[in-house]
Amino acid sequence: MTIEGRVIKYGANVDTDVIIPARYLNTSVKEELAAHCMEDLDPDFVKKVQAGDIIVAGPNFGCGSSREHAPVAIKASGIACVIAPSFARIFYRNSINTGLAILECAEAYEKIKDGDKIEVDFETGIIKDLDSGEEFKGSAFPEFISEIINADGLVGYTKKKLQQSR
Amino acid sequence: MGMTMTQKILARHAGLNVCEEGGLIEASLDLLLGNDITTPPAIDVFEANGWEKVFDQDRIVLVPDHFAPNKDIKSAQQCKRVREFAKKQNITHYYEQGQEAMGVEHVILPDNGLVRPGDCIIGADSHTCTYGALGAFSTGVGSTDLACAMASGQTWFRVPGAIRVELKGEIRPYVSGKDVILHLIGRIGVDGALYRSLEFCGSGIRCLSMADRLTICNMAIECGAKNGIFPVDETTVEYLKARIPGYDEDTSWLTPDEDASYEQTITIDLSTLSPMVAFPHLPSNVHELGSFDTIRIDQVVIGSCTNGRLEDMQKAAAVLKGRKVADGIRAIILPGSQRVYKQCLEQGLLSIFVDAGCVVSAPTCGPCLGGHMGVLAEGERCVSTTNRNFVGRMGHKNSEVYLAGVEVAAASAVLGYIGGPDEIGR
Repeated sequence: MTIEGRVIKYGANVDTDVIIPARYLNTSVKEELAAHCMEDLDPDFVKKVQAGDIIVAGPNFGCGSSREHAPVAIKASGIACVIAPSFARIFYRNSINTGLAILECAEAYEKIKDGDKIEVDFETGIIKDLDSGEEFKGSAFPEFISEIINADGLVGYTKKKLQQSR
Repeated sequence: MGMTMTQKILARHAGLNVCEEGGLIEASLDLLLGNDITTPPAIDVFEANGWEKVFDQDRIVLVPDHFAPNKDIKSAQQCKRVREFAKKQNITHYYEQGQEAMGVEHVILPDNGLVRPGDCIIGADSHTCTYGALGAFSTGVGSTDLACAMASGQTWFRVPGAIRVELKGEIRPYVSGKDVILHLIGRIGVDGALYRSLEFCGSGIRCLSMADRLTICNMAIECGAKNGIFPVDETTVEYLKARIPGYDEDTSWLTPDEDASYEQTITIDLSTLSPMVAFPHLPSNVHELGSFDTIRIDQVVIGSCTNGRLEDMQKAAAVLKGRKVADGIRAIILPGSQRVYKQCLEQGLLSIFVDAGCVVSAPTCGPCLGGHMGVLAEGERCVSTTNRNFVGRMGHKNSEVYLAGVEVAAASAVLGYIGGPDEIGR
């Protein structure tokens, strides 16, 4: 699958408290969460984000809390994919489980600029900056993770497993 | 190739003799935890899939502690959802506000004797890594992971590599586990242990109380670690025997192999550590007390899953006894559980706090994540014994959180600026 989108760029250590502040965690309704996504880091985010946009950010994206509300809020706000040199591990798990596409790539963070149009090929992990013409290689998912994604997330995978054990 | 403590626990729970770094395994779980923020989405997933029964009602712990006592109607709805699910599923370890065994999740699970060395535990809360203090493998996950594990009793892990943290020397007065972990995070950064275990070892462990170890493991996540883990020693066994009737388990299998592979060894000489303060807005932005100019504050918070245990309350009381909170400062103390609250009452600590001019709150996570019971206004500064100081963590996005140990927090309340017990005189 290939997607094309406009880049919204952030720095390192974007934590779950700025992705979705805890004061809004009295709900898990995804539209309500999306309305406050990135609020404490970038108050304009919800105004400027368009369906299909791609976040490119620095290392350790999603550090902090285990709140699954974070990838859910990002996805519900219309973001198609997050690219970063590294992800905090619980956020990484939560993204896979909730179907938010993520890709690890250090070079993309160094070279891609805010507002650039980029193209991402999930099969190959290739990221193309359509404005600069540069190409970067992100790391593809390990096989087991792909298996979870192909089973329609962890829920599908667990269902399959529970059926097999009965 | 030998195995680390973490790898040994994972191998045992995956039914394997050996597991290696990078391998993906499916492990059976001894304990699963959820709170009032993370459990409702897990219940959504669980019920949407038509799963009828949890795999084991005795192995699931549900603790509505974050926005409870209910801070608003939506929070009340979330707590109600958890309560009703617990009732329907006949969950043994559901805790209700006010019960003696109730409190902040990571304070009560070890204190209620639910955690044993060698256990494999997940919790839908990032600070679930706390239980490594007792020699368990314990890590945070999300709500979907919790839902699937509630159905299957299992989850998947990527077997982590490890960083060995060797502790030596004797800790000095007014220095605690909080300063050890802040020092370590300051040294390696907020992603310094990403995806890896922190395995503690060395002769310095002997001088660390169980409260110190729980605080250290609690904040392992703040440098990105999957888990932190301490070896089992006399302190561990004594702690367990006081809480688990007839506890007598052979844990010798947990000792890491001599040829276990560690990516690096970090040595910390405890005798050289001073009280530490993490400045906004990262837990790694650590400064030694005494190395910075006067920083005036508005609020102090003492409590949380990091520092809400009886020992923490005793340390706070020792500093506050016979003293007054400075004019214009709000000091909020949250005993970590009803049991700790009662012990504070019996030991006369509550009167010390009240006489000093502190608010004493019911156990809750409330202020730590800007929920309730101490939310910060624009421009306000707080010294807090909690674990995160991200932008907006305790309230307004232009407020500031300084993380410190209990004695620095208590002394700062008296001083009105960030300082240590040495500055307020004996």
